[in-house]
Amino acid sequence: MTEAVAIENLSVTFTGGSKPVRAVDGVSLSLGQGEVLALLGESGSGKSVTLRSLLRLHPPKRSRMTGSIRVAGRDVLELSPGELADFRGGVVSMIFQEPMLALDPVYTVGAQITEAIRRHEKISAADARKRALALFERVRIPSPDRRLDAYPHEMSGGMRQRAMIALALACRPSVLLADEPTTALDATVQIQILLLLRELQRELGLSIIFVTHDIGVAVEIADRIAVMYAGRVVESGSVRDVIRGPRHPYTRGLLASRVERAQKGDRLETIPGSPPDLTALPPGCAFAPRCSLAAPQCREIVPPLAEVGPAHTAACIRVAETV
Amino acid sequence: MIIGEPAHLPDGPDRGGPAQPLLSVRDLVKHFPVKGKGLFGKGAVVRAVDGVSFDIRKGETLGVVGESGCGKSTTARLLMHLIKADSGEMVFDGEKVGADLDLTAYRRQVQMVFQDSYASLNPRLTIEESIAYGPQVHGVSAAKARAKAHDLLARVGLEPGRFAGRYPHELSGGQRQRINIARALALEPRLVILDEAVSALDKSVEAQVLNLLQDLKDEFGLTYVFISHDLNVVKFIVDRVMVMYLGKVAEIGEGPAVFGAPRHPYTAALLASMPKMDPDARSAEAPLTGDPPNPINPPSGCRFHTRCALAEPVCSVQEPPLAAMEGLQEAACLMALPGSGHSRAPAPVEAAA
Ligand SMILES: Nc1ncnc2c1ncn2[C@@H]1O[C@H](COP(=O)(O)OP(=O)(O)OP(=O)(O)O)[C@@H](O)[C@H]1O
Ligand SMILES: Nc1ncnc2c1ncn2[C@@H]1O[C@H](COP(=O)(O)OP(=O)(O)O)[C@@H](O)[C@H]1O
Ligand code: SF4
Ligand code: SF4
Ligand SMILES: [Mg+2]
Ligand SMILES: [Mg+2]
Repeated sequence: MTEAVAIENLSVTFTGGSKPVRAVDGVSLSLGQGEVLALLGESGSGKSVTLRSLLRLHPPKRSRMTGSIRVAGRDVLELSPGELADFRGGVVSMIFQEPMLALDPVYTVGAQITEAIRRHEKISAADARKRALALFERVRIPSPDRRLDAYPHEMSGGMRQRAMIALALACRPSVLLADEPTTALDATVQIQILLLLRELQRELGLSIIFVTHDIGVAVEIADRIAVMYAGRVVESGSVRDVIRGPRHPYTRGLLASRVERAQKGDRLETIPGSPPDLTALPPGCAFAPRCSLAAPQCREIVPPLAEVGPAHTAACIRVAETV
Repeated sequence: MIIGEPAHLPDGPDRGGPAQPLLSVRDLVKHFPVKGKGLFGKGAVVRAVDGVSFDIRKGETLGVVGESGCGKSTTARLLMHLIKADSGEMVFDGEKVGADLDLTAYRRQVQMVFQDSYASLNPRLTIEESIAYGPQVHGVSAAKARAKAHDLLARVGLEPGRFAGRYPHELSGGQRQRINIARALALEPRLVILDEAVSALDKSVEAQVLNLLQDLKDEFGLTYVFISHDLNVVKFIVDRVMVMYLGKVAEIGEGPAVFGAPRHPYTAALLASMPKMDPDARSAEAPLTGDPPNPINPPSGCRFHTRCALAEPVCSVQEPPLAAMEGLQEAACLMALPGSGHSRAPAPVEAAA
């Protein structure tokens, strides 16, 4: 499988506040062409910051990025402003939880899509409209011709999400970044959008990074899962390996505390404590204060991701005890 | 000891006995006028809650599920008397609310915990002050209210010595939600309404709070209404569950019955839409297409007929009542109503003359 995205040792520090916040700390990830990777983690674990790094969306004066990000062979951190403008939307594009972040309330959805196409390509307005119509059909918006002339607020939640996906695909990107695009949707609509994204991935050969805090959603959408904790990837592997044989104590704790595993009246297994404050991370393994396996050396070094099986890695010095 | 005595104290009367529902709700209606002229013209209303009847049994956890906008929170606010119903009545342990039982006395016995742990707390009060506030308003002395706050803090798993003097912004989301729960319990309610109370919490913290809710229920003899969009959590925590669709009850029954053998096609579709946890058995097809319709102009007849795979012509004409079935399950579907005219309905009970 050819690499669509290769992130090496990415760190992102926000310097605008009173204390610097290292939101992403040495993340390495790779995504194959046509593959779906789920980034799974709790709020504040650095999922969105990782995703936004791929489009260099952080405020340049108040943030610092180190490491390297290669997409389709290009070094994202080295792109000039002009190259970046073509890159955004043309190579990598993004969808969000809240479609109104992507859609402009004062223009019809059709106008926004044709505008996006014509910004990237020399093409007539009529042809751009035809492309927009084809996109609306592709994302299965009913009465697509009429809906192109609708304003975002005239659409229902699920429809707006589809329109946002159409807009994201307008300039034929090869990588789609999805930041919890189904979190605010109802269950019956969420599954429709997940299936649509899977279909697009298959038919267009899209590579997708999908951020979520919901294990079930990750299982429905992804080929591989990377679990984040306190700005670091602590485990990654195929969905099957991570769900059936998790090796990092945090992943194991998350899966063990799932209500789906319990019978009514049971006490749920829990992970004690709460996620750490990024401005005051403990030295060594960030999970140590909550980890039942923590040993003195866990508090000294940050455990690196190490192979625990074929294409399965975990960042824990005691993985020998988590088989 | 002020708290901790369950409901059978002389001043926590269990009037009607265990068989008497704690709260009976009959034909509750709440419509909101639509502001401005808008798409739907003047005088249009949102039928947020449109004729809802159900019982909450003593000591149970009743789950309420359904898609966004189906009326779950409006129902909760009506139960709390935070808003006034257009019509309908509520009977609390045998006493009609607002008639036999005055609103102040009723409100003390029914408390609510919301999703947004931060917005629910006054940022200028320490958490001890927040918890002690309610009882003081109801005439408890400051010293007693404070002692009670400390006791409650301990019971929701926060060491009073460390936490009593903190302000809400000095706590994590999970800790704040524990405070909100403690505050709701300070008035010794019999019924606690939890509206998406664990939804904003991280998964690793959610499990802790769910355990806490179960402990407190046993300890204080509470009855819960548990509103959530997370069907897995609902399945785990409830005794009975009520499924709402566009301001109406679609189905109600024992949790295992409803989750195991749903009788309303909407319930079935909702359950089938849950993400599968098995990578080798992922969903192949979405059970429903489209979004839920707008509650401003709900479809005629059965409100689900625009999305129902089993709809027949009669469904757009006749509104199905909640029909009782075996196992105390009830579903508002013409297929469950004998002689309704739907081809899958049971034969009418009495033969036509
Ligand atoms: N104060 C109000 N004024 C006008 N409309 C309202 C008001 N409160 C609620 N509604 C409308 O009533 C309907 C039911 O709302 P409600 O908040 O009860 O839904 P819900 O089931 O709790 O949804 P969610 O799952 O999103 O919390 C919605 O269409 C909502 O927009
Ligand atoms: N622009 C920003 N300035 C300062 N801090 C930020 C900024 N964006 C994100 N953060 C912080 O970075 C951390 C990780 O955030 P994020 O990636 O959004 O988490 P999540 O995993 O929930 O998506 C959080 O502590 C967040 O507050
Ligand atoms: S490195 Fe140590 S503290 Fe961290 S997860 Fe492994 S055992 Fe636990
Ligand atoms: S009454 Fe008709 S439309 Fe409504 S749920 Fe039953 S079969 Fe479907
Ligand atoms: Mg995020
Ligand atoms: Mg609500």
